[in-house]
Amino acid sequence: MAVYTIAFFAHAIEVAFSVRNNAENDQTKFDFSRTERSGRIGSAMMTLAFILLFAGVIFRGLSAHRVPWGNMYEFSITGALAFSGAYLFALKKYKLRWLGLPVSIAVLLTLGTAVTLLYRPSAPLVPALKSTWLAIHVSAAIVSGGVFLLANAVAATYLILDRIEEKGPRPAWALRLPSLEVLDQLSYRLVAFVFPLWTFAVIAGAIWAESAWGRYWGWDPKETWAFITWVAYAAYLHARVTIGWRGRRAAWLCLFAGSTFLFNYVYVNIWGTGRHTYSGL
Amino acid sequence: MSITPELGAVGFLRWIWRQLTSMRIALILLLLLGVAAIPGSIFPQRSQNPMKVQEFFTNNPQLARWLDRVKIFDVYSSPWFSAIYLLLFISLVGCVLPRTLEHLKAIGAKPPLTPKFLDRMEFHNDLDQNPSSLDVAEKWLKKNHFRVRREANSISAEKGYLRETGNLLFHLSLLLILVAVGVGSLYGSKGEAILNVGERFINTPTSYDNITFGKFQREGSLIPFSLNITNFVATYDPATNAPTDYKLTVQSANPIGSKPITRIIKVNSPLTFASTKIYLQANGYSPVVTVRHKSGKVVFSGPVVFLPQDGNLTSVGAIKVPDMKPQIGFVATFLPTADRSAARGAFSSYPEVLDPRLLLSVWAGNLGLDSGVPQSVYRINTSKMTRIGLKALALNQSYDFGEGSITFDGWKSWVNLQIVDDPGKMYALAGGLLAVLGLLISLFTRQRRIWVKISDRVEVAGLAKNGVPGLKEEVEALVKVLKG
Repeated sequence: MAVYTIAFFAHAIEVAFSVRNNAENDQTKFDFSRTERSGRIGSAMMTLAFILLFAGVIFRGLSAHRVPWGNMYEFSITGALAFSGAYLFALKKYKLRWLGLPVSIAVLLTLGTAVTLLYRPSAPLVPALKSTWLAIHVSAAIVSGGVFLLANAVAATYLILDRIEEKGPRPAWALRLPSLEVLDQLSYRLVAFVFPLWTFAVIAGAIWAESAWGRYWGWDPKETWAFITWVAYAAYLHARVTIGWRGRRAAWLCLFAGSTFLFNYVYVNIWGTGRHTYSGL
Repeated sequence: MSITPELGAVGFLRWIWRQLTSMRIALILLLLLGVAAIPGSIFPQRSQNPMKVQEFFTNNPQLARWLDRVKIFDVYSSPWFSAIYLLLFISLVGCVLPRTLEHLKAIGAKPPLTPKFLDRMEFHNDLDQNPSSLDVAEKWLKKNHFRVRREANSISAEKGYLRETGNLLFHLSLLLILVAVGVGSLYGSKGEAILNVGERFINTPTSYDNITFGKFQREGSLIPFSLNITNFVATYDPATNAPTDYKLTVQSANPIGSKPITRIIKVNSPLTFASTKIYLQANGYSPVVTVRHKSGKVVFSGPVVFLPQDGNLTSVGAIKVPDMKPQIGFVATFLPTADRSAARGAFSSYPEVLDPRLLLSVWAGNLGLDSGVPQSVYRINTSKMTRIGLKALALNQSYDFGEGSITFDGWKSWVNLQIVDDPGKMYALAGGLLAVLGLLISLFTRQRRIWVKISDRVEVAGLAKNGVPGLKEEVEALVKVLKG
């Protein structure tokens, strides 16, 4: 079953590669009318890859007889799934295809790292993880993470375009990208949409910690950084809604908040100490 | 010219208050709180891992002393961290309470008057004159649950008051969480006890290995229950040696002496007595040994708690026998499933007891128990002792070390129970859930106003308070109705 799963991932990656190639075609040839088709193929491939990855995650769960969120390999593949899912969702709603290239690269890097460095054969859960809260807490955290990172990608695009526009008119390849205001609004909307979910993820974690560790909050490194991420996004929302920050400053704050999330995931899982480290990654 | 000192002081206080409750300062405090939390995740914390802090002191004594002065090892109870969050919460109160009062007043109130120049608003529409427009508009707005204020020749309508309700609910819930944390730490208690299978625990302060009480919690307020540790089973995955399940069976009686009930404690399902919960935190092995004096008299007998060192439960400990002359101490390692390799020597290859060994080094001399310095029960200070023997014992084997003999009789499992009383946590939970509810309401409610005004023409316009889309469609729908 595990081999089957790996095969699935190999496939998913292969497909994702073709997405990247297609997307690149889009950008090297500036005549968009001619590359419209390859862009569409890219989106279709992205959807197909999403379905395959979804199946892969499901099979991983089946092969381990549990929810597939027990170690960092599994978090990474599910995170990549959530990230591309968030992209596909927003793609339909906000005409986001211009983001296909960075999204597919990010997903590829994540999956690549997961398969090569983080892979562990599927194994049963340690007793501390045996709880219904695993499914609730981790899925909420992963979905929030996927959307936060998408908001980050949008904010980064904003900053890059902002810099370019400062120097003069947009070059040909950037013409297809949306206006700065649209980017600004989009990253805010993504954050505002998912902030309650993140709050819920933290609270679900606290409820679980109460039943597993005897306290609902203990400033464990993972908890601390989840708190920092929460505070950073809360500051972002206040800055926007109440003080009226827009544009560059808001984008930087958004990037900062998103990077605290990434830092939490990478640093605390790999080099950190504390109670959130399980089964050696 | 000069202001009297009192006025100056009052003015100053007022200025401070205005600053503190301003959004800018709140934002700075919020970010500051995030930044201030960082050192606690980098440096070891006394509240979590006092051993690591000790280690840090041994490795960098100079640096550690300096860091300790600024409470780097107690970040979350340090004055500077507390100062930030208290200021933040004062700022929150100063901001949220007036707004709550205002909002309560607004609940029954009518929407504000129609502004003079509607063409400055969003989605402004000019329609042909029609005297019945106001009636049609009022009907439509009321049908769509707008709050309507009808004047002689204008309508002002508003919808989405819940947004502010949600917003205030969210912030008030945060206050509730803070209060809950305070209640928990002032009126709670938290302790740990290590117990061998077969032992009995009575919930009094002396039964604990360590216990801390909140400032206002009295020692006599512990719930009078007792636990008999009847059985403990750990199961492991044979492929990875990782634990798959821990199951502790106890006989609990509450109050002590009442009819005991059999209860199961697992890692994610603690045993509950009112606001007190009993958690299974750790487990290990206690080898059972009998030590005899060379005369044949038994000088020590029973299980000794050893500390696990790795995933296969290689455990180390100390057996101290002060009732012999000279005093005898055994520095020992317990291997649940013994194995050997050239590189590692003797080690444990599986966490369950399949082929146990007890590795002993025997020391004779002065254990130093009377020196008054507290000693670890897991270690022996061998500075005033000499080693008189080395031996690996299999089950039921004995070793004669001249002064006497030691027999490896068997083993028992021990469990570390954490017993926590936190009367505040239900409030914290309520606060957390209300906070999410408030957030959802405030972030997904659209607050907007629509105006209709009749002069020589009919004007329609709107205003979306937080820029959420949808108002345009609404105004268009109204305009369509007005056009008939």
